Parts: sequence; structure tokens; C-alpha cells
Amino acid sequence: MIKRFTFNKFIVYLLLTIAAVISLLPLYWVFSTSLQLSSYQDEDMERPVSYVNSTPPKMYPVGITEYFEHWRKARNAEKEGDSEQAAYHREIMDEIVTDTFSGFRRLFTQNSMGAWFFNSVYISVVVTIGILLFDSMAGYVLAKKKFPGRDVIFWLIISTMMIPGQVTLVPMFIMVRELGLMDTHWALIFPDLSMVFGVFLMRQFMFSIPDELIEAAKIDGASEWKTYWKVVLPLARPGLAALGIFTFMNVWNSFLWPIIVLNTAELYTLPVGLKTLQDANLADFKLLMSGAAIAAIPMIIIFIIFQRHFVKGLTLGGVKE
Amino acid sequence: MEVSRGKNTSEWLKRTGKSIRKNYAAYLFLLPKLIFFTLFVAIPVVWAFVLSFQEYRVTESNTWIWLENYKEVFASAAFRQALLNTTIYTAVTVPFNVITALIAATLIHSLGRMAQNFFRAAFYLPTVTSMVIIAMVWRWMYNYEFGLFNYVIGWFGLEPVNWLGQTSTALWAIIMMQMLIPFGVGIILYMAAMSSISDTLYEAATIDGANAFQKWIRITIPMLTPTTIYLTLLSTIGSFQVFTQIILMTGGGPGYATETLVHLIYKTGFRDFEFGLAAAQSVVLFFIILVISVLQYRALNRNN
Repeated sequence: MIKRFTFNKFIVYLLLTIAAVISLLPLYWVFSTSLQLSSYQDEDMERPVSYVNSTPPKMYPVGITEYFEHWRKARNAEKEGDSEQAAYHREIMDEIVTDTFSGFRRLFTQNSMGAWFFNSVYISVVVTIGILLFDSMAGYVLAKKKFPGRDVIFWLIISTMMIPGQVTLVPMFIMVRELGLMDTHWALIFPDLSMVFGVFLMRQFMFSIPDELIEAAKIDGASEWKTYWKVVLPLARPGLAALGIFTFMNVWNSFLWPIIVLNTAELYTLPVGLKTLQDANLADFKLLMSGAAIAAIPMIIIFIIFQRHFVKGLTLGGVKE
Repeated sequence: MEVSRGKNTSEWLKRTGKSIRKNYAAYLFLLPKLIFFTLFVAIPVVWAFVLSFQEYRVTESNTWIWLENYKEVFASAAFRQALLNTTIYTAVTVPFNVITALIAATLIHSLGRMAQNFFRAAFYLPTVTSMVIIAMVWRWMYNYEFGLFNYVIGWFGLEPVNWLGQTSTALWAIIMMQMLIPFGVGIILYMAAMSSISDTLYEAATIDGANAFQKWIRITIPMLTPTTIYLTLLSTIGSFQVFTQIILMTGGGPGYATETLVHLIYKTGFRDFEFGLAAAQSVVLFFIILVISVLQYRALNRNN
């Protein structure tokens, strides 16, 4: 392959590195603030100081350097045989650890972080499984079967992709209330199962499965369901992986609808919990950033593991067609 | 004629009926999705239009007031301000983000595989983190006393700015935030599209003596037009729905300085419980998005 562009490599790396730092700085700041010392009794100071609210801001969690400082002093004291001094520094080291993670502890003890996390996980998993099953079933017959009304149904579903979600907020609210689902997790799960993007994606994907394999299964006497379950689904695995990841991400991050239908703290998902946390602790940035960090970690891990599928899913659902 | 047409129709009906019976399995496969689609998409969409012509009452049946909601929407100063703010926000952020995504993708594309993967991941990571988290940390970075931003601008000898707290800067602070979050989807799609441009085009241009920049302008950008159209439409639609940043960072304020269309719909519907009015606002939002999408598609496609 020939070189298409010849830029000065150094300038390219410099520009991209600056951009990458700007891109990742907010996330770094979430983690840095969440671990920052917030009430720490320094040797020379009378009162506890907060390094969260300090001018100039501390660029990294100060506890890390403070911890090693006191560890070194404790070790020196031990060498000199001054056990009292050593115990003093050991105590401060414990305080530093406690203070560093105090934001996370307060989230779980004084707020319902554990419940929010659990709710987000299980709702995202249930919706993702439901979407993968229903959308692959629908996509399969829309791509591979000929039956009256097929094209009408497909275009009806696809045409609603153009309509912004906010249009249906008020009617959905009334409907959910009439069905008695207000302030329950069903109010999140059912509407999420109606998302149509996956039908479009799965139908596109199903076209690439050879008809011969489906025909062969039929000749072998497999029922429609068995053909779908044993032949079609395994072949659709790459498409399912991409759809699964995007569905999980959308549900995990969904915000507008959950803040409308959930009112009980124990039922909140993470984004809703974070909003109420901010409403109640506007200036406690250590606590807020600890919450943000907990909500961010799962998606970051999923992204790092499944990076390939993210790229695949984007290109699959994007430019083609 | 009439007779034969009637015969044809009845024959067609018979055949269709037979075909439906033969294909009952296909309908069963569609059924679960269709149930949820009907209940939570199809019915609510139609209902939204109906509601927008009504005054909603909780205890008694709704009254038809036809265009009154729409008159109120357009007469409201808050709505006009929200429309203006959303338009400014979109007009600044969308072109900027699409162009920077194109430049970033071009630069990344010129690197080796390892570096490509690294930068692609670095630019896509903020996209997978919830906007709730991003908005919360930016609110912290914009903090007047202890925020990172006022510290950084202090390096250049500038006075601290009350970014989100004053009318003159609040909207621009939200806009700047959106500009500094990389458009991860755009970078990935541009990179994918660049890899599929045929090398022969570039070889021919090299023989004709074109330099790198000329090749970028004359070959790369025109060949990327479908991606550019898709990304522009996608981010314009998303941009007109901006909400999370607003509710978490400014609540639409100070005054109406950062009020946006979706935040206004949210307030009208679920704080004031004016369902008919909120439905009318959302229908207007739908048509604005529709018209802009069509215009953009035409404008971008014509140049090709």
C-alpha cells in the first residue's frame, strides 16, 4: 500500500496527543477528585484541610504522596527505635486511606449507591437480552421470509426512527400511569423493548446469511423455531454482539425517561441516582465525583474488552444503505 | 369490467389469506416486537399529535382546543429563546465537531496500527461514558472558586469567570464543552470510510503531481461525502435534543440563557404538567428536525 499522506510525524503525534489529553482530562478529573483528600489533619496545620477545594487545584490525589511520605517517616522512626513516633505515622497512614475512599463509603452507607448500581445492571441486562431475542426474530423474518404485509410492517417500523424520542414522552407518561406502572422498573423495561434500531440492524445483518443453509435445515425437517435457534442465531453472532453492546450502553446511560418515571430512591438507576445526589450535595464534589466514577467504570471496562465490536457496530449501523 | 375486477379482488383476497395462513410462523416471530412497538411507539406517536390539539384534564375528558396550544407555543418568550439557544448551539457545535472529526481521522489514519488503535480508543472513550457523568465533571471544572478552568486561564493572566452563573457566558460554556468532547462516532466512521477509498485514485493523483493537501481536498473529502452527510444529520438531530447538560449544569438558567427545546418540553410536561402544551412543543420540535434534516441532505448531496 502506498502512502496517501505524508505529514511531519512529529507534528501529527503532537496534535493528536494534545487532543487526546483534552479528550481524557474530564474522566481523569472524575477519578482524581473522587480520591482527593477532603479532610486531612496536616502536621503544621491547625484545622483539617480539604484538597478538593484548594487553590491552585491539586492535579492528582494528594493522599498518594502523603501516604508514602508518612510510610518513609514511620520506617525511619522504627530504625531509630522511636516506636511512639512510628505509631503516630502509621496512624496518619490509616487516616489517609480512610479519607481517600471516604467518598465511596458515604455513597454506599448514606446513599443507596448499591441499589442504584444493582438496578442499572439488571435493567440493562434484561433489556439487552429482550432486544437481542425480539429484534433478531423480527429481523430474520423481515429479511428472509416473504409474506403479505412484510414491507408495510418494515417501513412502518423504520419510519419512526426519524421521530425524536421526546415526541412520545407525554403520551408514554399517561400510558404508563394508566397501566399502573409508574415508579416501577417495568416503566423502563417495556418502553426500552420498543426501540426499533435493532430491527433495522438485524435485518441488514440477516441478508448476509446464505439462503441455502436455511433451506437445508428445512429439508432436514427442522421447525421454523429450530431453524432460527440452531442455524440463524449462531450465524448472526457478530451482529448480535454489536447490537448487544449498543443496547446495553444506551440503557445503562439512559436518563431523561428514568428521571420522569422513577420517584423512589431505592428504585433509581445510576444516572437518576447521580442527579438526585447532585441536587442534594451541590458543592460536595468529592462525593459527586465518587458517584460519577462508579457509574463510569463498568462502561469503560466493557469498552476496553469489546472495542472491536463497538467499531463494527458503528460501521454496520452507519454508512451502509 | 366491474365484475371481473370484483372477481380479481376476491381472488386476490383468497390468495393473500392463504399466504397469511401458510406464513403464520413469520407473524409469530414478529409478534413480540410488534406488541412493544405498537404500545410504546406507534400509539404514543399518534397520541402526541392528538394531545397537541387538546387541553389535557386529569379527572374529566380532554377538550379540543385545536390550535390554541400551538399559538401559545409560538407566543411564548421562553420557547423562542429556547429555539434560538438550541439553534446557536447546533450551528456552532455541529460544523465544528464534524470538521474536527474529519481532521482527527485524517491524522490518525496516517499512523501505524498500534497508534491508530490507541488514539481511536482515546477519542471514543468519552462517547461511551454517560453524558450525566460528563456534565457533572464539567460543572465541577467550571466551578468559579476551585474549578480547573479558572485556574488554567489564570496562567494567561485572565480573571476568573463565573462560567455557568452569568447570562453572557452560560450558553457559550455549554457550547465550548460540546466542542471539546471529541466526536468519537465521527472519527470512527470517517476512518472506516477512508480505508475503503481505492488506492488507485491516490496513485493517479501522485502521477499527476498532486501534493498531499491537494489529494486530501480533491479525493478524500469528496469520497467521504456520504459519511459527512450521515454525520451531519446524526449530530444535528442529536444536538436539537440537547437536554442532559442543561438540566445538570444550569437548569436552563440564569433566566432563560441556556433554555433548550427539550429542557423546555421537560419542564412544561413534568414540572407544570401542561401535557397538551408539551405535546405541541414536541410536535414542533419534530417538524423543525424534519425540515432541517431534509434541507441539510439536499444541500450536502447537491455538491456531490
